[in-house]
Amino acid sequence: MVVVVLGAPGTILRSVWYEEERLLRVAQQMPCREVQAGMLLSLMGQPQQYSYPSIFIYGHRASGKSHVMHVLLKELELPHATVSCVECVSVALLFEQVLLSFFGCDAASLLPRSPSLSDFVRIYRQQCSQSPAKQTRYIVMEKAELLRDTDANLLPALLRLQELVEDNVTIILLSEIVWDKFRPNTGCFEPLLLHFPDYSKGELQQILSQDRHPSYTAEFYSSYINILLGVFYSVCRDLRELRHLAALNFSKFCEPLAEGKVKETDTHKLWRNIEPHLKKAMQTVYLREVSSLQWEQMQQMEEKESGALRGLSAHTHVELPYYSKFLLIAAYLASYNPARTDKRFFLKHHGKIKKTNFLKKNEKTSNHLLGPKPFPLDRLLAIFYSVVDNRVAPTASIFSQISSLVTLQLLTQVSHDDQLDAPKYKCAVSMDFICAISRTVNFDIVKYLYDFL
Amino acid sequence: MATSEAECLCLCLQLTGTVCNLLSLIFQGCFVFKPSAKKKKKTLSLGEITFVLQDELNRKILDSLLDFTRKCSSTRQHSDWASQMRASEIPTAALVLGVNVPDHDMTFQSLSELLQQSVTPHVASVQAKECGGEGLLALVLERLMDTVVTVDDEEEEETEQTSTQLHKSVHCSLSTLCDWYNAKTMKSKTGTPGKKRSSPVRDDPQQPPVVIIFKDLEAFNPKVLQDFILICSRYVERLPLMFIFGIATSPSTIQHMLPHSVSSLLCIELFQSLSCTQHLATVIDKLILTPQFPFKLNGKVMQVLMSIFLYHDFSVRNFIKGVQLALLEHFHSQPLSVLCCKKKEALLNVMQLSHHDLESIRHLLSFRRYVEKQEPQEQLNLFRDDTHLKEVCQKLIKDLRKYHKNYYPVLRCLHTLTSSLPRYPLGKQVRELHLICLEKNVWENEDYQTAMKLLKMLAKDELIASLQRCVEILQPVKSKKMKKALVELEELLAKFKQLDSKFLLCRLTWGLSLFSNNSYCWWNREWKSTTLLEMNESRRAKKLSPFEVLRNEALEFIDGLVKSHLSPPESQTLNEVCYYSSSATVRRHLNATPRTSIQAALSSPYYYLQNESLKTEDGTVSNAAPDICIAYKLHLECGRLINLYDWLEAYATVVSAAEGNNPDSDNVRKVEEVKHARFIQAVSELEFLGFIKSTKQKTDHVARLTWGGC
Repeated sequence: MVVVVLGAPGTILRSVWYEEERLLRVAQQMPCREVQAGMLLSLMGQPQQYSYPSIFIYGHRASGKSHVMHVLLKELELPHATVSCVECVSVALLFEQVLLSFFGCDAASLLPRSPSLSDFVRIYRQQCSQSPAKQTRYIVMEKAELLRDTDANLLPALLRLQELVEDNVTIILLSEIVWDKFRPNTGCFEPLLLHFPDYSKGELQQILSQDRHPSYTAEFYSSYINILLGVFYSVCRDLRELRHLAALNFSKFCEPLAEGKVKETDTHKLWRNIEPHLKKAMQTVYLREVSSLQWEQMQQMEEKESGALRGLSAHTHVELPYYSKFLLIAAYLASYNPARTDKRFFLKHHGKIKKTNFLKKNEKTSNHLLGPKPFPLDRLLAIFYSVVDNRVAPTASIFSQISSLVTLQLLTQVSHDDQLDAPKYKCAVSMDFICAISRTVNFDIVKYLYDFL
Repeated sequence: MATSEAECLCLCLQLTGTVCNLLSLIFQGCFVFKPSAKKKKKTLSLGEITFVLQDELNRKILDSLLDFTRKCSSTRQHSDWASQMRASEIPTAALVLGVNVPDHDMTFQSLSELLQQSVTPHVASVQAKECGGEGLLALVLERLMDTVVTVDDEEEEETEQTSTQLHKSVHCSLSTLCDWYNAKTMKSKTGTPGKKRSSPVRDDPQQPPVVIIFKDLEAFNPKVLQDFILICSRYVERLPLMFIFGIATSPSTIQHMLPHSVSSLLCIELFQSLSCTQHLATVIDKLILTPQFPFKLNGKVMQVLMSIFLYHDFSVRNFIKGVQLALLEHFHSQPLSVLCCKKKEALLNVMQLSHHDLESIRHLLSFRRYVEKQEPQEQLNLFRDDTHLKEVCQKLIKDLRKYHKNYYPVLRCLHTLTSSLPRYPLGKQVRELHLICLEKNVWENEDYQTAMKLLKMLAKDELIASLQRCVEILQPVKSKKMKKALVELEELLAKFKQLDSKFLLCRLTWGLSLFSNNSYCWWNREWKSTTLLEMNESRRAKKLSPFEVLRNEALEFIDGLVKSHLSPPESQTLNEVCYYSSSATVRRHLNATPRTSIQAALSSPYYYLQNESLKTEDGTVSNAAPDICIAYKLHLECGRLINLYDWLEAYATVVSAAEGNNPDSDNVRKVEEVKHARFIQAVSELEFLGFIKSTKQKTDHVARLTWGGC
């Protein structure tokens, strides 16, 4: 039986198999994750003992999953392979990385081109008979949710890899989503589940305070973090983002100090100075409207100058050729008007049609709430010819403009790619965008929209 | 120019001199290369000019991009607290280039060349259509490392043969790239010092950034891009990566494509390029509104090119190609274009004209108009005496050159004066004014009258400022008339200034006298009211102030300039030599109408086949026409759905009538197999052309895809 003794939170982690000193180092590197680390340690057991075949760890972004695993395996010098599933575009890469880190590149080169799972198992067993495991080997798979998109047999096989290769190996899956979403229809070996909860405010404060600026005292930095959390905690609990924001705004926080106006202990004055600044950061740099580099430059500039810098979403204006604008307008009309109303809008002598009785039931709801509908190419052209004010020859460039609108993602093609068989499109721009476009060509689009009749 | 076709054009169409050499060679049939001494003068071909222009225009944005890359690579090396603390972001430049996608290639070309020259040797540019699905990473590695990267589903025999070690070294993953990069930088560290000196601009030879250019961000699959960025961000500590996004629409597309979790890995900076209309304005300025090139476009051709630009593509490159096409057509179709070259050569070429060429000069519209104005004796001489005609031609050519030399400066002067007027009666851009002037006498234009009226209300400082600018425009011009105009204009300006000082002096003395009267302070109320009164009185009396007199004088002077120099080129004798006028050809080539031509071919096959038996009156098709024409004609008479059997019957009737059979005889009733087959072929051809398609709405029917008919 493994004996793991946990001290009071925040002190030390103890296990009889490892030296005190090493555990202390581990504990220092992962504040506020002692419970989870202790649990993991107890699951791992003695290095030479067989461990549980598969462990599934889940928790939100930046809750320390990878970090804890990394620190544990590294500091305790356990044999391990860490693989990110985003990077493994093919299973071959995954197999190769595992073999490479356990048996060296000779083993990895034994893999045939486009290897199958059985190839991997065969080579693993072959290698492991030559160098059997003295300690438990760990395979850590980050972003394991991507494993669901690979071959159906991969995930179940990995979960009981220990049996397959008859070696002391444990798979640790790290994911942001729960195990229930993983379970295949055919059933599989159930891994041990371990949850990493979100950091609380106090824990965040404790962790963030650790990376203090070398030229300021710990208390000062800690008070800064306190202010920062006060502003940002309600919108963002992502440790990485918070750390990023802390780094970006610290120089501004220290400004009055450097000018000699305030003392380090005068927290209230410092707060008064930084708070509006942080509020502004929340609207710009946090949303990545402004890049961190630009944010730093803005801090150096005077207040009035920095107003000139606009965020990414402020630039929505798109310049288009004249006919492209009309094509886009026609596409918008075709997407948001029911086809039966075209007669009413584009025919000269359409007669009176009452809105209520010629509508189907589902057309009574606003088309703008339902989103754009697909339309065939000839309807687009028919509307185009009736909205554009002069005669346009059906030249090749009109058609090429349609396809370039598709590549610009202002239109999307919904049917298959066969151009011969009446392609269908959807308009992918917003109401504001199309209003701005039609204003530049003096076209009153609202008059032509069925929803605004 | 990117395409080889365009290069060919550039090569054979060196505008200055060489064109005439080449073309006169073609006409005279001899091949004498004149090693011209003009080379000293640094003559530029059209292609070179446009390339230089493009470069200049992009210079600013490229420079700022280069600065950005340098800054990014240098901040990486800093080890201060803030940059250490910051989550590892990948520096990214979002380059907004506008919707004229065909123009982007050149920008990216020069960008990557510049980057390679001065910042880093590791530049890879990728396009969306090159990497569908998962090929992006492989492509990037391939571009950067210059090797073949093995992707698993790829069947390649040669990689099997190479040693396993090599095979591993090019496996498709970023860690391979890291190893490669480390090896590279290590090598350059220990590399020969001479090699380093060859590229001294590189500010940091140890850690040059790895730049990946995404040429068309919109076209990339968002999923692929997100994964790629995620992978890259894992390696950013080991590998100084940098992205450049080429964006055609607006920067907010980044936010549409990438979720916050991905875009938080990037440190995006925005770079906005010049708008394409500004770009075009510069090109027109340097290429068309200059007497430097003898080749000109007439109003209609300009109009066609402009409308293609504004209405269809916004592509400056296509505009330049249009000019090149016009150039080619002009020298190809107009024999007198031998005279369209530098002055000296033109004069020489005039002397070498054959009798045939001179006859064609005599047939020119503008020349006949010229002849009509001459004395009867002179008229006879011009028609009979070739040598006399040559002399006259030389004079006329000189006149034409002078006309051009004066035309453009005056055009610009008029533009500077009118471009700031409210509601722009003569257009915002020079090109609009140019188009007006090309069409007819600008001073007869109503807008010109309104512009003049508005100018007569201009305030003094504005007027002086624009006149000053006119002086600046006229200064570098060498022609005699312009020099004279410049002198007059400067005199006018001097008068304006004199007026200024006189007025001041007047005021001052008057003020002083008031002051010396000691009764009032010169700034007090009484004084003000008296001056106001005086001013009112003068207005009431309709007496023009000296400034107004001078203003009218100046405007009359400008008006005189316009009337003497801005007459349309059509009024000039021998304008056909320089002006290309066939707008229909240009339109046909650049703005093709495939469907109209197909319909024309189907409805009147004579137009293309030139077979006498196919000639018919309007709207009918002869029985002897090809099967598809008959089928097309018959299908026009149908509604949206066409019954195939009826169609076949009608077709068989028409065809058998063509064969001379009596439609009523028995054996024709049954449709022959051959006719049946021909009909089916015609129908499937129509389907392929997109006129009909099969439908499931009704059995034995096909649907029409076009509307209208007879």
